[in-house]
Amino acid sequence: MAKIPVTIDGKPLEVDTGKTILDVCKENGVEILTMCHFEGVGDVGSCRLCLVEIEGINKLLPACTTKVAANQIIKTNTERLKKYQKITTELFFAERNHVCAVCVADGNCELQDLGYKVGMEHVRFPYLFPKANVDTSHPWYVLDHNRCIMCTRCVRVCSEVEGAHNWGIKNRGFEVRIISDFDTPWADSTTCTSCGKCINVCPTGALWPKSVVQGQLVKNPKMVSELVAKRKMNL
Amino acid sequence: MKPKKSILDENLSRTDPRVKQILVKMKKENYRPDALIEILHTAQNSFGFLPMSVLAFISKELKVPPSRVYSTVTFYHFFSLKSKGEHTCLVCTGTACYVKGAEPILVELEKKFSLKAGQVSADNKLGISTARCIGACGLAPAAVVDGEVIPKAKPEDVIKMLTEKMGALK
Amino acid sequence: MNRQELATVNEQYQIRHHAQKGKVRVCCGTGCVAAGSEKILKQIQQVAKDKGIENDYDINMSGCMGACTQGPLVRITPENTIYEYVKPEQAEKIVEEHIIKKQPIESMILFHGSREKPFVNTWEDPFFKKQHHIVLGGRGEINPESIEDYIGGNSGYKALEKALFESSPEDVISEVKHSRLRGRGGAGFPTGIKWETVYKYVSDQKYVICNGDEGDPGAFMDRSVLESNPHRVLEGMIIAGYAIGANKGYAYIRGEYELAVKRFELAIKAAKKAGLLGANIMGSTFSFDVEVRIGAGAFVCGEETALIASIEGKRGMPRPRPPFPAESGLWGKPTLINNVESLAAIAPIIINGGEWFSAIGTAKSAGTKVFALTGKIMNSGLIEVPMGTTLREIIFEIGGGIPDGHAFKAAQTGGPSGGCIPEKHLDVKVDYESLMEVGSIMGSGGLIVMDDTSDMVDVARFFMEFCMDESCGKCVPCRVGTKMMHDLLTKLCAGQGTLKDLQRLEELSVYVKETSLCGLGMSAPNPLLSTLRYFKNEYLAHIDRNKTLEGVSHG
Repeated sequence: MAKIPVTIDGKPLEVDTGKTILDVCKENGVEILTMCHFEGVGDVGSCRLCLVEIEGINKLLPACTTKVAANQIIKTNTERLKKYQKITTELFFAERNHVCAVCVADGNCELQDLGYKVGMEHVRFPYLFPKANVDTSHPWYVLDHNRCIMCTRCVRVCSEVEGAHNWGIKNRGFEVRIISDFDTPWADSTTCTSCGKCINVCPTGALWPKSVVQGQLVKNPKMVSELVAKRKMNL
Repeated sequence: MKPKKSILDENLSRTDPRVKQILVKMKKENYRPDALIEILHTAQNSFGFLPMSVLAFISKELKVPPSRVYSTVTFYHFFSLKSKGEHTCLVCTGTACYVKGAEPILVELEKKFSLKAGQVSADNKLGISTARCIGACGLAPAAVVDGEVIPKAKPEDVIKMLTEKMGALK
Repeated sequence: MNRQELATVNEQYQIRHHAQKGKVRVCCGTGCVAAGSEKILKQIQQVAKDKGIENDYDINMSGCMGACTQGPLVRITPENTIYEYVKPEQAEKIVEEHIIKKQPIESMILFHGSREKPFVNTWEDPFFKKQHHIVLGGRGEINPESIEDYIGGNSGYKALEKALFESSPEDVISEVKHSRLRGRGGAGFPTGIKWETVYKYVSDQKYVICNGDEGDPGAFMDRSVLESNPHRVLEGMIIAGYAIGANKGYAYIRGEYELAVKRFELAIKAAKKAGLLGANIMGSTFSFDVEVRIGAGAFVCGEETALIASIEGKRGMPRPRPPFPAESGLWGKPTLINNVESLAAIAPIIINGGEWFSAIGTAKSAGTKVFALTGKIMNSGLIEVPMGTTLREIIFEIGGGIPDGHAFKAAQTGGPSGGCIPEKHLDVKVDYESLMEVGSIMGSGGLIVMDDTSDMVDVARFFMEFCMDESCGKCVPCRVGTKMMHDLLTKLCAGQGTLKDLQRLEELSVYVKETSLCGLGMSAPNPLLSTLRYFKNEYLAHIDRNKTLEGVSHG
């Protein structure tokens, strides 16, 4: 593959064409904050954490969906970007009802990690305290909407990797919620295969297995990309 | 999990003329999954709204997963999972209508019928709704009663029209 | 229909036109129909028949004439008199006095109430004088449901003929580039360059999409054009297809626009029947087909990638750009998306040449713009003016000023993505750049006039509520940001806001503007930012009303 020159945070690099800015950063040790990105499923550019500045382009672009182009001068950690990442994180916390003390993912949560990474000390915005349900109907799993940040990894892994299409999104705007089938209890789903992929990809304690208790949840983030790779092999 | 029958599998009758209209539309669109929105329009026109049994039917016939059908229906303001009422009153809340007084119409409607926008009366006789702009801005404020556009609508006129249409005073 | 046959239809129309003594046109756009114009048309036709003159006059419906508050409107040629507020009972009077006795009825002429002497030739009235009808050409003249009227009365399909038989696709694109036409949906991107970009991509399949998802509340230009001259838009789509190498087009029209959908579908049928659409158009090697797709009540579907998702049968969620639709659009293929008004300007540009269009308007914004002039204004309706006309001319000369003795306060342009322009900027020239300089945008053409009774903070709240309701919910800045800003604005309007709330609003505005995924989010803070710029005193006044424990507005 042809190589093109780009500059990332002042560092000149020779990178492959056709790759996203996020891939290129990962390969070259540049840390980019992400949330909706997950290895093995398609990128949607919705969390806005991976936004980068590109000289000559007046819009901020998401690194996960934007392909590198020759001679781009990219900045990933300016004061402006850091300020916005902090606001995004605070809005995540303010949007739903995140109570770490009683959550299975406490200590093993990507949202908590994000909070630490951006140096969040408090949430300056008023909490919205929306009404959000908990679906415990499934014999093995739970979906707690209070902890959901709408990253849509579950929806994507269910349709792109498992192919079951159990998860969808209802409504729009602030009223969006993850739903199963016709917004029916998870236990009544005619499409879910109980494969557990959604449990593994969920960044918070929104989707969790009943077999664990507070603070005990351990997930396998590599699981999906490994599955996808194994499927391609002809053994 | 064992494959199970959907609780919504009420098996709509294929001889029901409303169901026939949906089947005709599906055939016209070659049963393409991407014609979902067009088919939902037809279904809603036939049934007045989109009952769950109809959604289950469409999901099965078109081979579109239930979550996909449901998520599409709930995204678009047009589609209604509940009956809109025998008689409908839509008040336009576009900018021109807002400036010319759409609020007073809604306030008076609420006073008279105890219904806010988006609600249908318990006996299903009347449904009040709003739309973001119906494009009749030169005639603001505009209301639509049972499909008929009322130009330069005054609260008392709208109420009078609705009361007449519904027969008795509520 | 081949070239010869097209010419014949035109000739036959001209012969009929000159054989008749005149025309009677009853406006049948949504507004006038709601006010009962269809009854009037029937009544006039009946009276004409009773008096035995139905063969001397062409009595039929026409599209929107623009003076929407004064409807139902009836226009009579050759005098070119337009009557206002017409009632069916007046049909007899109109036929007897104006048509037969040749005595125009002054007490019924449009705007007679606010003119010293009403204009018998109503195009001379101040409402029409400064207008320049290009996109709205044929208004009040042609019957939107008659392809013969379009061909004979509005140079119909001449542009398509010229494109197919006298020009190459490159020539057509060049002409559009020369015209300097910019996207009329609001973004103002040079149309010719957009066409060229899609043209350059090599693909087995390309698409043309007409964006008729006019969602700005207060805007009805596209509705009017689709209802009044659907063939003009259709012709534009076909020419676009020829230019970029597409053989399939979709017209995405709002579900609320029933009449527009009906008329456009009739136009498609008629054009197909006449061989002006479909396989081997006019006997050429070019084939193009068009389908209508109906929207279902989502403002965000006016955004190009969301519109594409909707045509694909999905939730109308925008996608990150790049890649742009020109490269990867509908079903991943190169797609050209143009606004209704932009497409309606194409035929005149091809017939008269790009230079002609480019000579109208300003240095950076060529041609004309259609505006929906509404709100607190004497003469509300649809107008088309050359770019560069000032806001003052539009509001006070064409619009007739503010009614009921009130004073002008602000003109809102660009809908929920735009801003409010105060009195001190009334002399701003209407063009893309000038409007941005004063903190607004051209937008799609909605122009809402507000007077001294408007609460500008509530205006900001109104638009924020709209964006919050219409947000698709994909990205955090818009989904949560608009909700938070709306909550804060509601608090302010209720007299419970503090200075800290104002600070949060300003912080969130910048954040939402810069980090949102699509145009809806990026422009949602605009009304707020613009009202803060010009009407900060009103925000502070609301804060002063706050009598909470936090003390006198030192929250």
